[in-house]
Amino acid sequence: MNMIVSNKTGETALFMGNEAIARGALEAGVSICAAYPGNPSSDIIKALAEVGPEMGIHVEWSVNEKVALEVAASAAMTGLRGLAAMKQNGLNVASDFLLNLNLSGIRGGLVLVVCDDPGGISSTNEQDSRLFAKMGELPLFEPSTFQEAKDMVVEAFELSEKLELPCLVRSVTRLSHARGNVELGSLSTNEVKPFFDRSKPFINIPSPTNAHKGLRQKFSKCREIFENSPYNYYSGPENPELMLVTSGAGLFYSQDAVRCLDVSKRTGILKVGTTSPLPEQFLSKHLIKTQTIIFVEDGGPFLEGNIRELCAGRPEFSNTKFLGKLTEDLPPVGELTPDLIIDLLCKKLDIEFIPRSAEYSEAVKAAVQNNTPERGSGFCAGCPHRATYWAIKKALIRDGRDGFVLGDIGCYGMGAGPAGYQQMNTMQAMGSGVGIASGMGLLEQFGLDQPVIAVCGDSTFYHGAIPALLNANQHGSNFLLLILDNDATAMTGFQPHPGLGKDAMGRQVPSVKIADICRAIGLEPEIQDPYDLDTTIKTIIRLLREKQGAKVLILKRECALVAVKSKAPAFSISVDAEKCLGDDCGCNRFCTRTFRCPGLIWDAEKKQAQIDQAVCTGCGVCTQICQHQAIISEAS
Amino acid sequence: METKNEINVIIAGVGGQGNVLASQILGQLFVEQGYKVTIGETYGVSQRGGSVMSHLRLSGNEQVSPIIPKGLGDLIVALEPMEGLRILGQFGNPDVQVIVNTRTLMPMSVMAGETQYPDINSVLQLIQTNSKSMWTVDATQIALDMGNSILSNIIMLGAVAATNILPIDQDKLFNVFARTFPPKYVELNRKAFENGMESLSSRT
Repeated sequence: MNMIVSNKTGETALFMGNEAIARGALEAGVSICAAYPGNPSSDIIKALAEVGPEMGIHVEWSVNEKVALEVAASAAMTGLRGLAAMKQNGLNVASDFLLNLNLSGIRGGLVLVVCDDPGGISSTNEQDSRLFAKMGELPLFEPSTFQEAKDMVVEAFELSEKLELPCLVRSVTRLSHARGNVELGSLSTNEVKPFFDRSKPFINIPSPTNAHKGLRQKFSKCREIFENSPYNYYSGPENPELMLVTSGAGLFYSQDAVRCLDVSKRTGILKVGTTSPLPEQFLSKHLIKTQTIIFVEDGGPFLEGNIRELCAGRPEFSNTKFLGKLTEDLPPVGELTPDLIIDLLCKKLDIEFIPRSAEYSEAVKAAVQNNTPERGSGFCAGCPHRATYWAIKKALIRDGRDGFVLGDIGCYGMGAGPAGYQQMNTMQAMGSGVGIASGMGLLEQFGLDQPVIAVCGDSTFYHGAIPALLNANQHGSNFLLLILDNDATAMTGFQPHPGLGKDAMGRQVPSVKIADICRAIGLEPEIQDPYDLDTTIKTIIRLLREKQGAKVLILKRECALVAVKSKAPAFSISVDAEKCLGDDCGCNRFCTRTFRCPGLIWDAEKKQAQIDQAVCTGCGVCTQICQHQAIISEAS
Repeated sequence: METKNEINVIIAGVGGQGNVLASQILGQLFVEQGYKVTIGETYGVSQRGGSVMSHLRLSGNEQVSPIIPKGLGDLIVALEPMEGLRILGQFGNPDVQVIVNTRTLMPMSVMAGETQYPDINSVLQLIQTNSKSMWTVDATQIALDMGNSILSNIIMLGAVAATNILPIDQDKLFNVFARTFPPKYVELNRKAFENGMESLSSRT
């Protein structure tokens, strides 16, 4: 039984924060859910897609986050309810639409869930997406518990409909990817017939200023509503020595710290769940209880700045000390932890926390340092990206003009590290490698004499590279685009994209081939299997040299994690013990140290390379790199 | 000075060992036994062979942080010995108890011949010295004897149950199994759990 669709109101489920958000959408009677995958947000749509057909709702993986928000908004323009989910980078993509929709408003319920990733655990950046709520003057909910993750989504839909405004719900990795108790509410049984009222168009012109006035009124009304929100509360003594003002996962850390230190008689916790617009009267009433305020929030100093703004110039706060990220009492970058709050409270309350002796700490520190080599991450055994980066490396060396590689994020982003021989040189937004190449490819006229390669994955191509490639062809930019097409959105969990012929709910849908899009743009792509290193290297060199303009090479090979499930290995690989000379070879363990496939191991006893048959996928790429042909393959 | 009313469990291992599933099964069980459960998972981009740890915290009335504060581990379930030692560095204390699967898994740098895996006996010795008690289980071997190494996480759960450190209600646990695994694998996992229990109780 999938608890996401359980009818047992009042029962307790163990939900991941993202599942709680999905359940909240179902309790709110959502009709349309859309997202582009990106951790820590991906599980929301995954959970909904699994139950979509059963619940009679539409769930999709959209081509990118802007389209996802537009699709979800369609529900809210016709009286239905729509949910869009994305990670922080995704909200940047969707923000152009969002910052028009705030003015034009909606006539149903629209909730945008954004999952921030403080510390960039699975991201290329750190950002505080709450600033979009401030910029767009939109209601913002920040759940602190798994229960709130569900309940706030329901509440956000209600408020969205009432105010005719999209509402934001901001989660963080430590809530989205963590699990905890959630008491179920009732699934919605409401049926609304959608209707588009042509007499009330969603258009901000001729006077965006008038539309903005309307938005300001809604924002003020929202503030009044938030004054009485049950998601804002104070717990602690009437006049604490200091007060922790917190939102989101910060509540967990604050409570842990107060409990660990047993300082509940000295410390208050003011928990804020509705952080834009701020419930000013509610906050003023409680902030006055102390003269030392510490802000505990993940991301930037959002609450901190806004509350200081609120208190500025008011005599009752003239002696109040505000501590947080702005004062660097807590680190202004990275993720919060309970330890950071424990340490700060110890300092401010002049107490000590000694969970273990200094001798013990020293002993385990030494033991760990000397005995636990790091487990680095890299490409899987048989990953086509390893072959691709090997070919790029060899091609650029042979070409000899100090060429470089512009990229972005996906599994192939690991091409920036040892897994991809440090070949990738830029990594920003989805598709940015192609956009930058569109410019770099014009710099020859100023004297740039290095060849330019851009790389992007298949899902990224559809998401963000197409406009850049169009632009490049239009302006005659000179570069080579390598599309690393592994038939998968592998990094985030194998969500379907427009090239795969199926959708989020597993239905057959039309597919659009990357090569056809390139041709429509005016570029005839070449297609090559990256497992064939020699041909791939030669093709890259030829394309870099042969002609001006944008060239496209599609390196096509299915993701090894997918292939291993459906196909028998093509080859049986082994090391010829006669031919492998080990450390006497002079190759300096080229295969295990430099090529670095997890299927290749150094046998310390035999002092030779070995194939780990449990890991090897039989791709045969390593047989092409040993100068002595000591790695051999047999068709299996 | 310190008031602690929760039980802090850390399940440590390597990506692919079934760490997350083990913590989810225990978590589901303890929700049904009336606890507040909080599970935090730390894996980053390490799902492909990197270190993975789950923090599983049981509390009576209040949901707690998905990250255990430093030095406050009560029980470490190490699916791999070196990962168990690694956890002691941050979360260990003289009262911590540790259950170790003795089968080692080599990091990439060791496979490449750049670093060495420490001597297994000295790893176990260090864990023993820095904990209140340590149990060892060759869970991977038991799993392989049963036909599939993937069972080792469930065998480790059996070992956990045998120590009586956690309030595991076995009948309720088997109900969770029945809802978690496809029908044809329920009995196999039940057997794996029992083999794990037996491997520990037969020695104490």
